[in-house]
Amino acid sequence: MRTFEFMRQSQALLAAAAFCVCATGVLATQPASLKGAEQSDYRLKYDPAVVEKINMLISRGYEDNEVSPSEQADDVTWLRRVYLDLGGHIPPLKDIEQFTSDKDPNKYAKVIDKLLDSDSYVNNWTTVWTNELIGRQTPRRTSREGMEKFLREAFAKNRPWVDVVSDLLTAEGHYEENGAVNYLLSQMTMRDEGVQVTAKTARVFLGTQVQCTQCHNHPFNDWKQDQFWEFNSFFRQVRRVDHRKIDPETGRQVDDYSELVVDDFSGPVYFEKRSGLMQVAYPKYFGADVEFDNGKSRQAVFAEAIVNDGDHQLARALVNKMWGHFFGYGFTRPVDDMGPHNPPSHPELLEHLTDSFVASGYDYKMLLRWITNSEAYRLSSEFNPKNELDNPAAGEMPLFSHMYIKSMQAEQLFDSLLIAGSSTVGGVSQGNYAQMMQKRNQWLQQFVTTFGTDENDESTTFNGSIPQALMMMNGELIDAATKGEPGSLLHKVVTSGERDSRKIQLLYLAALGRNPTGRDLSAVKKLMQVSGDPGTAYQDLYWALLNSNEFIFIR
Amino acid sequence: MSQMKPGSMDRRHFMRHLATGSAMTIPAFHFLNHLQANAAEVRRNQKACILIWLSGGPPTIDMWDLKPGSKNGGEFKPINTAGDLQICEHMPKIAKQMDSLSVIRTMSTREADHTRGRYYMHTAYVPNPTVIHPSFGSVVSHTLAPQRKDLEIPAFISIGGGAGSSGFLGMTHAPFVVDSNGQIRNADPTGVDRRRLEQRLAMWDVVESGFINSDRGDLPQAHKDVYHKAVNLMTSSQMDAFKVATEDPKIQEAYGNNNLGRGLLMARRLVEVGVPFIEVNFGGWDLHNDVFNTLRDQRLPTLDQAIAALTQDLKSRGMLDDTVILCMGEFGRTPRINQDVGRDHWASSWSLLIGGGGLNGGVAVGETDKDGVGLESKSYLPGDVWATVSKAMGIPLNIVHTSKRGRPMKIANGGTPIDELIS
Repeated sequence: MRTFEFMRQSQALLAAAAFCVCATGVLATQPASLKGAEQSDYRLKYDPAVVEKINMLISRGYEDNEVSPSEQADDVTWLRRVYLDLGGHIPPLKDIEQFTSDKDPNKYAKVIDKLLDSDSYVNNWTTVWTNELIGRQTPRRTSREGMEKFLREAFAKNRPWVDVVSDLLTAEGHYEENGAVNYLLSQMTMRDEGVQVTAKTARVFLGTQVQCTQCHNHPFNDWKQDQFWEFNSFFRQVRRVDHRKIDPETGRQVDDYSELVVDDFSGPVYFEKRSGLMQVAYPKYFGADVEFDNGKSRQAVFAEAIVNDGDHQLARALVNKMWGHFFGYGFTRPVDDMGPHNPPSHPELLEHLTDSFVASGYDYKMLLRWITNSEAYRLSSEFNPKNELDNPAAGEMPLFSHMYIKSMQAEQLFDSLLIAGSSTVGGVSQGNYAQMMQKRNQWLQQFVTTFGTDENDESTTFNGSIPQALMMMNGELIDAATKGEPGSLLHKVVTSGERDSRKIQLLYLAALGRNPTGRDLSAVKKLMQVSGDPGTAYQDLYWALLNSNEFIFIR
Repeated sequence: MSQMKPGSMDRRHFMRHLATGSAMTIPAFHFLNHLQANAAEVRRNQKACILIWLSGGPPTIDMWDLKPGSKNGGEFKPINTAGDLQICEHMPKIAKQMDSLSVIRTMSTREADHTRGRYYMHTAYVPNPTVIHPSFGSVVSHTLAPQRKDLEIPAFISIGGGAGSSGFLGMTHAPFVVDSNGQIRNADPTGVDRRRLEQRLAMWDVVESGFINSDRGDLPQAHKDVYHKAVNLMTSSQMDAFKVATEDPKIQEAYGNNNLGRGLLMARRLVEVGVPFIEVNFGGWDLHNDVFNTLRDQRLPTLDQAIAALTQDLKSRGMLDDTVILCMGEFGRTPRINQDVGRDHWASSWSLLIGGGGLNGGVAVGETDKDGVGLESKSYLPGDVWATVSKAMGIPLNIVHTSKRGRPMKIANGGTPIDELIS
């Protein structure tokens, strides 16, 4: 395993840069500017060779396809992007001003490290993976809090991804005491012989779609029906137990806790071929036999098989998914349908990142560090005449010659509106976290539709359609952000005594993470003059900024 | 409403401008200048389709194509109907309307996974990683919305969700999802009058258009289009169509006091204001166990009452000949009854209900074998069903859509209207 000498540099440095999303006074003087262009003693916390190879492989794709990359994004636009992608919300004004006045050429890597060690990082990735593992709508008798607790700890400690997955697959016990059990519990809400958990596990952790092979050989990939059931055999020892108790007030039976137990099941699994013949399947990992020690559960053996898999599909699947998280498109489309039937756009890059990730000991933060420090991640989302062809939205293979704009997720919007609305509270990390999460979850429910099928699939109306536009125009969150009550950012800006141009600039920065252009300024000023009441005019401007396409898109 | 204390400089600044009379007017916004339409006005002869979506995959062998005497037959008996076919004994009200409705008994659709089946039945295309096909409701919206200038609310409305997406046709044709109580969240701008809304939108347009002009693909323009539709909707009297509770109580009662009943009644009201495609989601059909009790005690009585009421209501208003009724799910269920007295996913031989819109009623199209497993006659694909719907709605079958990648795609995947259903 490769060692990163430069990673051992003092952690104290990091602690000094303790990340604070709490913007106490948006108009505070800018201390960073006093430092001038001084070079910090910051040292790269990653092996530059890994990132250089990413850059090399990406630009080879440009040459092969005769495209030229777009310009780099301007600093504030990049800052907004990296805050949203890593931390799940827009940067507070204070952080924008600090960043723009920092003259250190390493400030990009620095802010990435700062974000990776922030509360926002932990909150964001807990949210991303809770949604991924159990859905936005918590399934029956599953503990969302338990799931979140487990994930928070995993991301706060930056536990190796392989250990996290291993824990999720081998967990036993009470759903609040051992939060990891909630992944399996959420997939076991009905008696389906472990079909749902088999399909979901293959998809989420191994980037492989197997659900069709439950009943027949896969029409496109090389999965066979027996493989589905061999895979499935690993999950046949786990069972959910739903405990009930007597409510002392009503004397009635009510739900108590749920737990996951392991049964002493050692038989094969039977399934029916399309011909009607019954077949038998034993636990096998992608067709390969596995070793069973006495007393080891089947899930434990499965987790070991994933870890020891010389092909590193667990790592490859995560790399693909993470690339997709940051760029809007992974190396395969969709990111969780990998296999010979669906060749990746950048096979060498995928393998390079997979190998590096395995060599790092499945270091989740390191993977994100490599991706966000790459040249491709710095590029503007504007097309240029020489990369118009690089348009995956039109079905083309992504070349990553410019950033692809992506819409904020509902959670990112919620957290960002809190930042945009308040001059003192900096997002979910402030105040009572649990309370805030509960509020956010309630708010999210307006967008979720479940299909009520055995796959627990759900869809969202937070997809750029009319209900989302109505929520943005008339919803309570926007109302709160634009009301201009004391303590709000808007109030602070409007009562600041600054010139109009400066006020407008501050609102642009706070909402969009960029300065207004000259044209913006004159058009906005002209419209504000009509309004009569300047207070109302600023409210309307802020409403307009927060409702714009430029706000909702990560660009 | 403002609690801000604006600086005095600003006020003076503004007052000066106002005094000199510069820039006194806000540019007019075309999307606020729509006609004040009369919601009560019935738009006669406008074609529409109401899709009743049985989410989860209904056991159609117990509903529309019973197999008495077979080991697969299950617990229910067939009964005669007003049409030339038999259906399940637990749908006696629909049976009386079957002179207007028909059943296709030889659907064979290969996709027996919920997600894939839902996609296939909604779009007529199997899922493909490089393109997202539009649900047929979006195709109808795309084709008919431009012809209905006085329609101020979306042309594809999904009551209860699950109606898929508009795919490459863009978000302006996405299903507008509401729930069956007719409450549209956030549709009222509280405390903001029309003038203020215009002021806001004028400022919004500065940012919105600036970003569109900065060459970043199609998404920024799509965002603007959706906002236009949302503003239209906020200010439209056609929104009354969602208020099912204002309907005659007797009619409400006839449809049934449940999500499906309210959903279908809302659908009829939406057809009346000119909405061409409404999908009503009625879930709970993924019956891997206890299929017969669940059908007899829960699913079928609700379905029976609501569909019969809708058919009767459309008929008595003279709307049935212009309104297609289609009732299906993502697939059927196994003829074989499993050990949990349930039926599993099955796509190779199943049935759906279709009628109205001038299509022939009382017909059973196609035939399955005595155990409901094999087909005795020609099989049909979702494209054939949607081609039949297109024909009934007057949508030309030679329409070809082009995906963003330039791939041509025939409407309804080149399906053929079903002979027995068209006169």
